[in-house]
Amino acid sequence: MKRGKGERTASQAFSDVVASHLGGETITLCYQCGTCASSCPVARVTPRFNPREVIKLSLLGEKDEVLSGNAIWLCCSCYNCQERCPQKVEIADVIYALRNIAVKEGNIPNIYSEFAAGLIDEGRIVPISKFLEKKRPDFGLPPIKPTGVDAVRKILAITGFDKIKHEKEDAL
Amino acid sequence: MTSYALFLGCTIPARQPSYEVSARRTLAKLGVELVDLANMTCCAPPPVQSLDLETGLSIAAYNICLAEEADLNMVTLCTGCFESLAMTNAMLKENEKLKARVNHILSRAGKEFEGSKEVKHYLQVLLDDVGPKRLKENVSKNLSSLKVASFSGCHLLRPSALLKFDDPEKPHIFDDLIETLGAKSIWYRNKLKCCGGLLRGYADDVALAIAREKIVNTTKAGADCIVTLCPFCFLTLDLGQVLMKSTFHEEYNMPILHYSELLALALGIDPTELALQFHKIKVYGVLNKIG
Repeated sequence: MKRGKGERTASQAFSDVVASHLGGETITLCYQCGTCASSCPVARVTPRFNPREVIKLSLLGEKDEVLSGNAIWLCCSCYNCQERCPQKVEIADVIYALRNIAVKEGNIPNIYSEFAAGLIDEGRIVPISKFLEKKRPDFGLPPIKPTGVDAVRKILAITGFDKIKHEKEDAL
Repeated sequence: MTSYALFLGCTIPARQPSYEVSARRTLAKLGVELVDLANMTCCAPPPVQSLDLETGLSIAAYNICLAEEADLNMVTLCTGCFESLAMTNAMLKENEKLKARVNHILSRAGKEFEGSKEVKHYLQVLLDDVGPKRLKENVSKNLSSLKVASFSGCHLLRPSALLKFDDPEKPHIFDDLIETLGAKSIWYRNKLKCCGGLLRGYADDVALAIAREKIVNTTKAGADCIVTLCPFCFLTLDLGQVLMKSTFHEEYNMPILHYSELLALALGIDPTELALQFHKIKVYGVLNKIG
């Protein structure tokens, strides 16, 4: 297929989407040297994740494979790759951008739906233990102050994040 | 007296009273006051940033606003909270456009981020407000026979461009503060590698394989214990050893201590007052080595 001057390929279109997303701005700087993969603690123990591959597939426009696969969720956010990238690709942040895009498209792992639910319901992703809350005076600890869950809900309403949980519920 | 707004976070009150007790007791003894503010929330760590980074930055900024309103700098005990809050603080202070974007969101919650306060980790407060000299003067126990494998957790150091805490490849501050207490901080293979904790719940097998490397490497190096600064690393390595026993039939019994617990012991605080019973891997071996 012949393309007219200035027309964007599918791969360029997807990398443009990633690059315009908060955190994804540096993706196109990647020259595939693999410093990230050799610095990655996850890639050391499993073939299921390789940061260089995630970036490559994204640059090639393999949108569906990237957004619906497991790989983007296997980054442990340690930032080792990002510290060492000679091209200053903010790899961990690019992966956040890819996750954010995946979530917007409805690809959200169950555990992350639970995090979202915790945030909406309690303003926390790890619930306070009622057992330990009662025990606090025994350890000389002051009572836990109330959580600002109303403020969180107001923030979530404007960023559209509160829809994540509802979409998930609708899908069930 | 120096005062800080305490950002307690979720994991510590949910699971680790020993961290909170030791942190409060040590800071009180060293003349740092903690103020518990109402209406703090989740710090918006990587799991929230993964869902929506803009939401994560906004929630983190909201919490910093509470400290700004109270005219206090903020201290976190959790390395994860430190990263979320300190990173957000730095990003918004450096980037006017992003700050305006976040402030637009925060206006709904009646807040405005100014960028007038610092976010520090507990360790940084010990370093800046107490200092190694005064720490050393307050040590009343002998820790010289204790070999410590330090593990700060990734998010004390990285992303270094925003956190600016220590050299991300050759950090020394944490090790120095362990040696200030009289213990020996030892080298072990892949010391700076992650504990894998953030993969718990999504890929438990991968998380456990990474944690196992840390336990194997510290065991091989002859450590008496691992000392951490992060409740999530603590959980991954402490509870992780129970899982390693059931999954791999391997028993290491490597005690995991928070730095605040080690400091509390060094300052002579009675171990029976530190809620140490919440450790899965018992710490008697460490207590016996402290003279």
